[in-house]
Amino acid sequence: MTELTGLTLSEARDGLRVGDFTSRELTEAHNAAMERARPLNAMVLETADHALSMADSADKRISKGEGGLLEGIPIAIKDLFCTDGFRTTAGSHILDKFVPPYESTVTSNLWREGAVMLGKTNMDEFAMGSSNETSYFGPVENPWRRPGDTRSIVPGGSSGGSASIVAARAALAATGTDTGGSIRQPASFTGLVGLKPTYGRCSRWGIIAFASSLDQAGPLTRTVKDAAIMLTAMSGHDPKDSTSSDVPVPDFEAVLGGDVKGLRVGIPKEYRMEGLTEEINALWQRGIHWLEDAGAETREVALPHTKYALPAYYIVAPAEASSNLARYDGIRYGLRVEGDDLIDMYERTRAEGFGSEVRRRVMIGTYVLSAGYYDAYYLQAQKVRTLIARDFQHVFEDVDVLLTPTAPSEAFPTGEKSDDPIAMYFNDVFTVPASMAGLPGISVPVGLSQNGLPLGLQLIGKAFDEEMVLRVAEVLESVADFDSKPDKWWETAT
Amino acid sequence: MSLDKATVSRIARLARIRVTDVDLECLGDELTNILDWVEQLNQVDTVDVPPLTSVVEIQLPQRQDSVTDGARPDRVLGNAPETEEGFFVVPKVVE
Repeated sequence: MTELTGLTLSEARDGLRVGDFTSRELTEAHNAAMERARPLNAMVLETADHALSMADSADKRISKGEGGLLEGIPIAIKDLFCTDGFRTTAGSHILDKFVPPYESTVTSNLWREGAVMLGKTNMDEFAMGSSNETSYFGPVENPWRRPGDTRSIVPGGSSGGSASIVAARAALAATGTDTGGSIRQPASFTGLVGLKPTYGRCSRWGIIAFASSLDQAGPLTRTVKDAAIMLTAMSGHDPKDSTSSDVPVPDFEAVLGGDVKGLRVGIPKEYRMEGLTEEINALWQRGIHWLEDAGAETREVALPHTKYALPAYYIVAPAEASSNLARYDGIRYGLRVEGDDLIDMYERTRAEGFGSEVRRRVMIGTYVLSAGYYDAYYLQAQKVRTLIARDFQHVFEDVDVLLTPTAPSEAFPTGEKSDDPIAMYFNDVFTVPASMAGLPGISVPVGLSQNGLPLGLQLIGKAFDEEMVLRVAEVLESVADFDSKPDKWWETAT
Repeated sequence: MSLDKATVSRIARLARIRVTDVDLECLGDELTNILDWVEQLNQVDTVDVPPLTSVVEIQLPQRQDSVTDGARPDRVLGNAPETEEGFFVVPKVVE
């Protein structure tokens, strides 16, 4: 029998159903793998005993022929999702003792479908980062390293812990959240599939807010099929999130297995930009040929406002963050640092509780929303956002899906970009435009770089057309046949 | 455009984040770099373009204004740094 941690989510599900193994056995194997993977610093909370008790309940349901979509499947949860009775920190000192008295809608949906919680994953503080180096709990390491080189490589961010633990084969899947690329970019850096659904597909209720008009939950998995299964379980209308869309949730797994014959795939020429490495450009060309060989028709399309998406994002997202993070005042929950008076207490609490990147973005957001600057910055950015959304609407009149690189480079060594915020922001240059327009996007692993690190390509679809995105992604996955795995160096590390 | 120390200090005050005098300067440089970079948005002609306020075309739903939850003061106060007799405790704000 294959090692239980080597199975994909769908293989594990099928094995549980026919009784090849129990959820307890599967969960014990993942608890042990998670413990061995501690050198990666991917988890901020391990809930091994809770996982076993959830597994036993799942086994009972399975033995009675009952059970949901994810019955008995051990997964990890990004520490941005509130979990009732389990500490939820958002990777921040200001919430490092916060124990939510309620459960997020997405995790409620996952438990309802029988999933087993292995623990909470490390992340960039308040999901602000592209390398998982801004966490109060320390940086996460990528399971992938350059061959013959023991330097630590970043897993991407902000869902870096989720990416790292799934790539390390210590969880069958993990939840992530994506505001400007925080699921797709780490997926590309760790050789995983990362899906950001359409804005409104998954409820945001109980997810600690970063930028409310952009935040969206999604899965990180090892296959496209696993992403489809996870998305089906996570999605659905929620009256507690007023932006949650009341649209039917298809069985996303059932749409797989098709082909791309006759589909129109757009190749946005503006994504061939300065800073894109030759290697990634070549990989993109290979992806275009693969889809053509599979019967798709590719055509160059124009998204003229692409270059403005990233700077507009860095006005909109910090503005919303400065408003959302105003709630951390040291009074109702979270860290409190005493001061001379109320204002002094607020200021000391927030100075000590927030890390440098969060302070920087809250201040940028405060500035662009302040009297006299609102029109010049925030309003202009929101107008540019309209133009970005229109660009996409326009091209989707002629094509079914877009193919682009996921990130402009491979994963980089820890510390390499942490002193230069704008160089770090550039990581999300290909993922931010779809976020600004609320569109679904997926990163699919398609190859290794010359340095032996994974690389992904991104597919972007029409709003609420995750089915098309998944269908094309599965074909890309099958043609690329990416089956490399990282060496388990952490299992021999001391 | 460059943010001087007084401006950075004012932003910090608005954001309720204490910034030491030493940090004001380098924070000013960092914020200036970012603002200089986003300045390129002014190249875009946005005359007659409405600002985007929502990416999903939905009408905000309405619901009855009724109590759906509550009567759980222990849960509500459970994470508070300081409580007394079922209330949050804040520093004295009225002399």
